[in-house]
Amino acid sequence: MPHFERLYNFACWLTHDRREAEDLVQETYAKALKGFPSFRPGTNFRAWIYKILRNAFLTSRTGLKVTATVSLDLEDEEESLPTDKETPESILLQHSDSQLVQQTLEQLPVAYREILLLCEVEEMSYQEISTTLIIPMGTVMSRLSRARKALRGGLQQQFAKRMN
Amino acid sequence: MVCEAWKAKLDTYFDGEVPEEEMRTFDAHVRSCPSCSADALTRVQMKHAIQAAGRRYTPSVEFRKRMQQKIASKPRHSLGLGWTLAAAAAVILVVGTLTSAYLGTRSGRNQVFSEIADLHVGTLASSSPVDVISTDRHTVKPWFQGKIPFAFNLPELQNSEFTLLGGRMTYLEQTPGAHLIYDVRKHHISVFVFQERTLPARLDKDPVSPKQLTFNMETWSHGGLRYFVIGDASAADIDTLAKLFKAAS
Repeated sequence: MPHFERLYNFACWLTHDRREAEDLVQETYAKALKGFPSFRPGTNFRAWIYKILRNAFLTSRTGLKVTATVSLDLEDEEESLPTDKETPESILLQHSDSQLVQQTLEQLPVAYREILLLCEVEEMSYQEISTTLIIPMGTVMSRLSRARKALRGGLQQQFAKRMN
Repeated sequence: MVCEAWKAKLDTYFDGEVPEEEMRTFDAHVRSCPSCSADALTRVQMKHAIQAAGRRYTPSVEFRKRMQQKIASKPRHSLGLGWTLAAAAAVILVVGTLTSAYLGTRSGRNQVFSEIADLHVGTLASSSPVDVISTDRHTVKPWFQGKIPFAFNLPELQNSEFTLLGGRMTYLEQTPGAHLIYDVRKHHISVFVFQERTLPARLDKDPVSPKQLTFNMETWSHGGLRYFVIGDASAADIDTLAKLFKAAS
């Protein structure tokens, strides 16, 4: 089962629920097996199967709820995120633990969370992310930049809370 | 380019999305600029923190079994329980190693080697590791015709300890290639063949460290094709199989 563990990890991050993630992965493989003839040789298999999983998530109950409450099209929004210049991130990261980063990631909007996971954890290229999320390359770059800024802002806030 | 312009590109640079020439210029600048190097260190720390935090969830053994059973029940070729068990053992053995390997700084080279290890493990974990099941190279080789955009030779294995188990199509860096599986004293070895021009050019500049992937691995280029031989067999076995391929090509 190619990418099984990683798909499961990604599904858990999307759904925040292990049982739901299992259903999602199961549905993904079922759709992939059924739709394999439609897979075009020479294109990216990993992006293809992640796209199936993400589409399955977006049409699931949780996915519909998330997309109904959080805009996926964040590119045009005004910049309202904390700046990352006040606190040195290096100090923050040295003192933070994995749990702190996990908590902050969890609190990010799904659009930011998924693009950060695809880039940093799955180590996908911008082109692969573009294919998986079905967004232009320029949007990949801008969304990624905003997601990182949001994560830094969130970490700074968490860190400030700890200091108080 | 002034520092602010470099800093704006830092994340793109560490994502490996900056052109090669620009990366070299950037490397030189960072080494001589304390401000940019401090920023670069921060970005790397952030990347590693996200990578470590992001690899959080692991599927349960029950779920894995359930999935394997579901997929195995599909009407496809099966090589039996032995393969599944061997594959499961291989997965358990290497998951930790792969995870820690991924924590390192991303480079095109490491990414390719990790992907190769992933393909090897992922295939062995599958209930149908090969799509063409045959020990005869004259059956396996023609099977790839029309499926991949190149041709390659398979070595004659008579008087060797290696047995060809079969082959399948695979994908790396968005390009199709051939994946062959061999057996030697109960160890499974994967041989991958891809078109060289579709892979990162840096593969030959820094030889593979076998410890890095736990598996033993050899890679070389010949006639426009890139070969990878990988498995948990001894380095000598990997080398012998690699030599057989080199002699055949």
